[in-house]
Amino acid sequence: MSFWETITQYRWDRIKSVIRGKTAEDVRRALQSPIRKFDDYLALLAPAAADFMEEMAQASHRLTVQRFGRIIHMFAPLYLSSECTNTCVYCGFNRLNRIARATLSVDEVVDEAMVLHRQGFRHVLLLTGESPHHAPVDYLIRVARKLQPMFASISIEIYPLATDDYCQLIQNGVEGLTVYQETYHLKQYARIHPAGPKRNFRRRLETPDRGGKAGFRRLNIGALLGLCDWRVEGAFTGLHAAYLVRRYWRSRVSVSFPRLRPAAGGFQPQYPVTDADMVQLMCALRLWLPDAGLVLSTREPARLRDNLLPLGVTQMSAGSKTAPGGYAAKENVEGQFEICDLRSPREVADMIAGHGYEPVWKDWDAGFLNAGRL
Amino acid sequence: MDQLPPLMIAGRAFHSRLLVGTGKFSSNHMMQRAIEASGAEIVTVALRRVDLNDPRDNLMEAIDRDRYLFLPNTSGARDAEEAVRLARIARASGCEPWIKLEVTPDPHYLLPDPVETLKAAEVLVKEGFKVLPYINADPVLAKRLEEAGTVTVMPLGAPIGTNRGLKTRDSIQIIIQQARVPVVVDAGLGAPSHAAEAMEMGADAVLVNTAIAVAGDPVGMADAFRLGVEAGFKAYIAGLGPQTWQAKASSPLTGFLRSAAP
Repeated sequence: MSFWETITQYRWDRIKSVIRGKTAEDVRRALQSPIRKFDDYLALLAPAAADFMEEMAQASHRLTVQRFGRIIHMFAPLYLSSECTNTCVYCGFNRLNRIARATLSVDEVVDEAMVLHRQGFRHVLLLTGESPHHAPVDYLIRVARKLQPMFASISIEIYPLATDDYCQLIQNGVEGLTVYQETYHLKQYARIHPAGPKRNFRRRLETPDRGGKAGFRRLNIGALLGLCDWRVEGAFTGLHAAYLVRRYWRSRVSVSFPRLRPAAGGFQPQYPVTDADMVQLMCALRLWLPDAGLVLSTREPARLRDNLLPLGVTQMSAGSKTAPGGYAAKENVEGQFEICDLRSPREVADMIAGHGYEPVWKDWDAGFLNAGRL
Repeated sequence: MDQLPPLMIAGRAFHSRLLVGTGKFSSNHMMQRAIEASGAEIVTVALRRVDLNDPRDNLMEAIDRDRYLFLPNTSGARDAEEAVRLARIARASGCEPWIKLEVTPDPHYLLPDPVETLKAAEVLVKEGFKVLPYINADPVLAKRLEEAGTVTVMPLGAPIGTNRGLKTRDSIQIIIQQARVPVVVDAGLGAPSHAAEAMEMGADAVLVNTAIAVAGDPVGMADAFRLGVEAGFKAYIAGLGPQTWQAKASSPLTGFLRSAAP
């Protein structure tokens, strides 16, 4: 059993029409319900909920403060490799894009990590394109081992692996797994992933299952906003997160809201997502999954990030670079996409404090996993 | 009545019966002021939040360890092995051998794992730790932990951070009646009245974090909890009157029959 068996019970068009059919009364009932069902969540995603944004935002804020307190966890992405065998039409690392690419040596990764460490980060997210040849599992293990003394928590956002490979990474200090399904729409998924191993929808969909089985402490999922109708994507993302919470009950599940950004290749989103849509999606998700972490990256502009902060966000990145070597050295390597919030980690931390929240740089201890420390 | 008995844990006397946590505050400064207002003498800190090897760690620096008992907790540990490892790391880094034992494999409700908690407690007690275990309100587990040598038991009133009050009241009452170590009601207390209720029942102390940290005015709320705990404890010492179903006049009409004629 995996999420595949669950998702196949739902039809995209059916969900879409249920969402479209929700009335103001449905939204009101969903807002007032002490225990929300999937159907209530669909009401909160509906066009009819647009008139209830302030109420949704207030409720989302209250719930987040109660469950998570007035804190925001800080993390930084660290790109290891931009080599890729896929042809995802929206991605700067698409193998057909003629860009300068790089894969960092372990020593170069350490140089990058030292910059992030000096900036205060203790939670790091390692990223690669999908090229097991350039960034094989044993390379990732070497990187993780090397970084462990510097970081309290290491997560990965890499190409899908088998459960055994994930187990090996966990044994070497990796504790979080991020994987975005990009879109839950099967046909659209096939259209935008014309070639490469990523074409396999089901293998990608079941990646968090394999991660959960392997024992990652944190599982982070998301849909890339702009690829399909965001309301239905939101419904499936929420369904997926709820499934993971029940199935892998020892893992903390969080959801990201990556909105398509300009990248090499010049892909234009067919389904643009407005700021108001982002707010509605985030609040709806919080109201349905009160304990899910919600992650907001530097893809979004500073002003929007500042305003989204109190609505339900629990984790933020800052000062991000999306090219391998972007922090310490390599100026000429191209990034995966353009970031929008260009503020330094310190500036973002000050902004968070200015909103009456504490930026938390460390919320983990590698000693939990590292048997060799004593 | 002026001189209330101190809370005794592992032979050490505390005059405050309110323990406080350090999570969820909007800043360390706010946390410091709230702790001050709470009158607490025991402050618990999640080990995962601090860098024990960094003497300038913000959270560590914010807590005056000459003034408060710095009580590290193992929050985030998913099994006994992890909790034991965390406790050892804390001690190796110079903390006193006091540990608030939390084994919570489920990150969403943070409910304690009874089996792993008992296992970890047995190991840590043998290693000389003063163990204060966070548990569900399970009277049998409380006795098992007491037998294993823990210095308190800390049953939850409701899941951590929920502010729902004493949902486990009946079981906590049994734990209090049976306990030979202090009973500290640990989680879910959302209002000073909840804390007072726990103390009136005979709890030895309460631990509060979320209700203070996320209040509109954390300092004011910390003060209110201080008063609630004190009121509840004084009421317990004074002895609450019995509850009945029928009204009883405070000056019975037939009282004259029993009084001596002038």
